[in-house]
Amino acid sequence: MSTATAEVEVVEKKAEPLFSKKNKKLISNPLDIDNPITVQVLGICSALAVTTQMKPAFVMSIGLMIVAASSNVVISLLRNTIPSRIRIIVQLAIVSLWVILVDQVLKAYVYDVSKQLSVFVGLIITNCIVMGRLEAFAMSNKPWPSFLDGIGNGLGYGIILMMVAFVRELFGGGSIFGFKVFEAMGITYQGNGLLLLPAGACIIVGIIIWIQRSINGYRETH
Amino acid sequence: MRQSNLYIILYAAAITIVCGGALAFASQSLKPLQDANIELERKKNILATVMQLKEGDDVVKLYSSLVKERVIDFQGNIKTGVKASSVIIAEQYKRKPEERLLPIYEFRNQSDTSKIENAVMPVFGYGLWNNIWGFVALKSDLNTVQGVKFEHAGETPGLGARITGDDIQIRYKGKMVFDGDNIRSIVMQKGEGVDYSSDAHKVDGMSGATLTAKGVNNMLKDYFACYENYLKKNQKTLSLNL
Repeated sequence: MSTATAEVEVVEKKAEPLFSKKNKKLISNPLDIDNPITVQVLGICSALAVTTQMKPAFVMSIGLMIVAASSNVVISLLRNTIPSRIRIIVQLAIVSLWVILVDQVLKAYVYDVSKQLSVFVGLIITNCIVMGRLEAFAMSNKPWPSFLDGIGNGLGYGIILMMVAFVRELFGGGSIFGFKVFEAMGITYQGNGLLLLPAGACIIVGIIIWIQRSINGYRETH
Repeated sequence: MRQSNLYIILYAAAITIVCGGALAFASQSLKPLQDANIELERKKNILATVMQLKEGDDVVKLYSSLVKERVIDFQGNIKTGVKASSVIIAEQYKRKPEERLLPIYEFRNQSDTSKIENAVMPVFGYGLWNNIWGFVALKSDLNTVQGVKFEHAGETPGLGARITGDDIQIRYKGKMVFDGDNIRSIVMQKGEGVDYSSDAHKVDGMSGATLTAKGVNNMLKDYFACYENYLKKNQKTLSLNL
């Protein structure tokens, strides 16, 4: 009896709580100090392409989060079996699998959105964030932390995407989630065309990075 | 062991089979839903060439009450026993025009069903990079364009892909297919910003997308020729009715 309880205690001591401090950091770090877009400067291409409106940006964020989290889990489960010489191609196969699944589900349930996103969902396959997290994190960590890492990075990506899309849709097209804000307030608003162009997104991402760096006190080291 | 060639080959094969199986399963089980979406999109596009659809309109109900689907041949005769929805335009496109099955979507007058109010023709062709397709609706004279709807698979965003935009499609409204007895089609011009409102067969071009415009022009010319006999036949009965 006593030995059995002792064993259980030992196991309990070893097991980390699901949301330990370290695990929480996996979610919170990518939101700010380790943000995939503004700090790691990954996934910029899609951040410019899908942010003219909030709806596709939102779906894209969810899509990336699902792909990042589920590929992280699968790769983490397989990490001890993957031959290192073909690890990148195995990662790519798993990412592609999830991306195509997401694409198929979108086509079945939200056809309009999938038409709008068209090529960009496919491009998640080559999104550096997903590959980067697989190579840097999932290959050397357990499934649960890897899952959190994927969710965290998806959220970090999504937050920036939503911020950029908010500014672009509001001031470029005068609406939020397709709802004509200025019209509803009785103001005639001439949309700013620059914001709808990729260049506009670049400027907004730049401003976000600027604000974030001045808050975090970032200094370029020479 | 993990570095041996045999292990690597077996591992790669296993990953391929598992991933392939999962994808095949997903594709098969989601296909009915996806097909339903494509069908709804088709109905929406047909209706949109004739009327302004509002958010929340019941497309399926509107479509079934307003539209009569028919399939005709090159001579303009009605083909019985073929359902318009089962005709795949992309496949018919590969045949010679004389051998194609041609669906036509007629909006009949509610009180007098012998009168066609609008006739919608599907069109299909090749743009700069990939397929383009759409619908052209004609008014009751079967000559004047009521509206068009274009879609594309891979035209350049911001250039050729603009054919899906309302601002481009509205340019076709009121243009004429026939010049007297002959088809003259509607030709999108090179360059943008010219007013062609006085010319019934020309529309303003898309700057930077001349090749896509060429594809659209060929597509329209090709399909107007396919439907020529049908249009002429019905124009005759129309004038008899008057």
